[in-house]
Amino acid sequence: MTAVDLRVAQRPNAPVTTYRYDEYDAAFVRERVAEFREQVRRRLSGALTEEEFRPFRLMNGLYLQLHAYMLRVAIPYGTLTARQMRRLADIADRWDKGYGHFTTRQNLQYNWPKLVDTPDILEALADVEMHAIQTSGNCIRNVTADHLAGVAPDEIEDPRPTAEFLRQWSSLHPEFSFLPRKFKIAVTGAEHDRAAIMVHDVGLRILRNERGEIGYQVVVGGGLGRSPFVGKIVGDFVPREDLLAFLEAIMRVYNRFGRRDNKYKARIKILVHEKGIDEIRAAVEAEFAAMDRSVFSHDPAEFERIASFFAPPPYETLPAASSALRAAKLEMPAFANFVDVNVSAHKMPGYAIVTVSLKPIGGIPGDATSEQMRVLADASERFGFGELRVSHEQNIILPHVKQDDLFALWRLLEPADLATANAGLVSDIISCPGLDYCSLATARSIPIAQAISKRFADMSRQRRIGKLGIKISGCINACGHHHVGAIGILGLEKKGQESYQITLGGDPTFSASIGEILGPGVTAEQVPDVIEHLVDFYLAEREEGEAFIDTWRRIGHVRFKDVLRREGEDGADI
Amino acid sequence: MALISEGRFVEDSWRRLADEEALPKTGGVIVSLPRLEHALEVLGTESALGVIVPNTTEPSSLIQALPRLQLISISFPAFSDGRGFSLARLLRRAGFKGELRASGRLVADQYSHAVGSGFDTIEIPEDLAERQDEEQWRAALNVYAMSYQRGYTGRGSILEARRRAVRS
Repeated sequence: MTAVDLRVAQRPNAPVTTYRYDEYDAAFVRERVAEFREQVRRRLSGALTEEEFRPFRLMNGLYLQLHAYMLRVAIPYGTLTARQMRRLADIADRWDKGYGHFTTRQNLQYNWPKLVDTPDILEALADVEMHAIQTSGNCIRNVTADHLAGVAPDEIEDPRPTAEFLRQWSSLHPEFSFLPRKFKIAVTGAEHDRAAIMVHDVGLRILRNERGEIGYQVVVGGGLGRSPFVGKIVGDFVPREDLLAFLEAIMRVYNRFGRRDNKYKARIKILVHEKGIDEIRAAVEAEFAAMDRSVFSHDPAEFERIASFFAPPPYETLPAASSALRAAKLEMPAFANFVDVNVSAHKMPGYAIVTVSLKPIGGIPGDATSEQMRVLADASERFGFGELRVSHEQNIILPHVKQDDLFALWRLLEPADLATANAGLVSDIISCPGLDYCSLATARSIPIAQAISKRFADMSRQRRIGKLGIKISGCINACGHHHVGAIGILGLEKKGQESYQITLGGDPTFSASIGEILGPGVTAEQVPDVIEHLVDFYLAEREEGEAFIDTWRRIGHVRFKDVLRREGEDGADI
Repeated sequence: MALISEGRFVEDSWRRLADEEALPKTGGVIVSLPRLEHALEVLGTESALGVIVPNTTEPSSLIQALPRLQLISISFPAFSDGRGFSLARLLRRAGFKGELRASGRLVADQYSHAVGSGFDTIEIPEDLAERQDEEQWRAALNVYAMSYQRGYTGRGSILEARRRAVRS
């Protein structure tokens, strides 16, 4: 038996559809936990000052927040097994307050761990091949990927082997762990970008050339935060065998020349903006040419080893459409709504991709209780080969469900408040934690998301509006990605008052654009009114099948501004 | 200042020459970068010479001097400023075989990063050495058996180990 076969044999009920640690990965993560345990001890003994401890705890995902520490657990490329999801639930119960928060970077955050407990939490994660390595700090962060990897019909190649390859390469990198600022990499292998690669420090798009070879379009210098930029192409087609060398070249240029005099100008996007993409490309190419690339020459075999773990699960041969599904939809309108909104096409006939919304009406976007996590783990085992995904929209995906099983799945999810039929709709809001949790925030985010969600509580109205992405950030660091929301909301503080700036026209896909500011800020109470006016105007103006952003692009920003001005005259103080 | 080499606090055989001090004929001193050219002219090839450089130094500016230098000390203005790691790597790539020293408030937890990037020794202020004793520095070298990166010094590579396992 090969090593891979042995691992399958150890888990008879679950096929291998994601990376499994070998002895080296397992040892590495244990060593990391032991190191952190020692670092905590040395912090408490005074051997490390808080200033010295800080980067090391951050590189293990531990932040000091407004009320407590926050631990951010990595979910590499957003893929989770049922066993891992159960462990996240157990940790939430034992060391936190019984819930966790899924983030826009496919991580999970615990908001109430104690410093002294964190080594034990990390140990519990290591048991199930998880960690919190490089979910924070000025290093290469957890690599994200398309949450529909391996199942989307428009896929050229599964991006997860690339992401895992990069996870290993970037883990505790000797040279690149004290960068000017954080560094985020996202990978997509599909024709539609669901990983927002244009707004990452480095975005990788897998392409196939005319000769059938796989390579990467490399985009650099995208980012949100206080200075949003759409990334620029630094490599048109980097062959796979050169990928790590090319990335090392980018990292070395950034590590040496990225600004360190001002933390707000330290991201690579500012370097690219100030020097210009041509100068950066020349520097990267020169470094690439000068480096010893022979150390990477054996990587294709390693890549293949990693890729072998992401084999498709043993699908059954099924008819393309399920008669059981059609019958159940006719019988149960609520279920039919769920299927119409939250279920999308799978590359295999008879299968479906299910989005489980973590945005119940009036709820906290991205939060899941330990009970809900266990229901999700059960659901994935019963109906989805034991596999789950976390999307950057802060929802959970069951990537391979038989259409015949959708009704049974819905009945399992419904009592756990996991069947909200709003995936992609106006109440599927992305939001950062905001002032309720975060020490950086200047305004609340979650209550704004809740208020908007309640305003649009009528689900039939939501379906009439259709797909519409609202994204909310509680400060200019833009963790809620407001710049790329069709409607973006940014919470600021003006003279001691919360003030919300609305932007329109953001787009996180290949056609990326940064939203434009609509006008002066509004109060928290006014936000739902403003959003409602904008949506109503869109409904009145849109052409058949036209998305919000397309209407906005067609008729122009000024028309939307005019609406608000008129509304202002009608009494709303905008 | 305390000097760490191979996990131990050791005596420093080098002396940092203050800019106002005259250059000793015997060498064995570390001069600042602005004095390097003069020192190379004045000292014979048999006298040991070292230089301390800022972490923003362009490696090509040192290429000519590399064969004459026994030591290059790279200053770390802050422990969180990682430019020195890349500079060390570039100097090794340029063929520098002498002692590479990291000088600044580096903490023990960065020791393996420094060694991995090509440093031999770390020079830290006394107050830091009091808090972070020899035991912590030694322990820091032995936390990880192997690393994921290849082409960096110090530890075995996981990728190489996997290849060996496949072959056997």
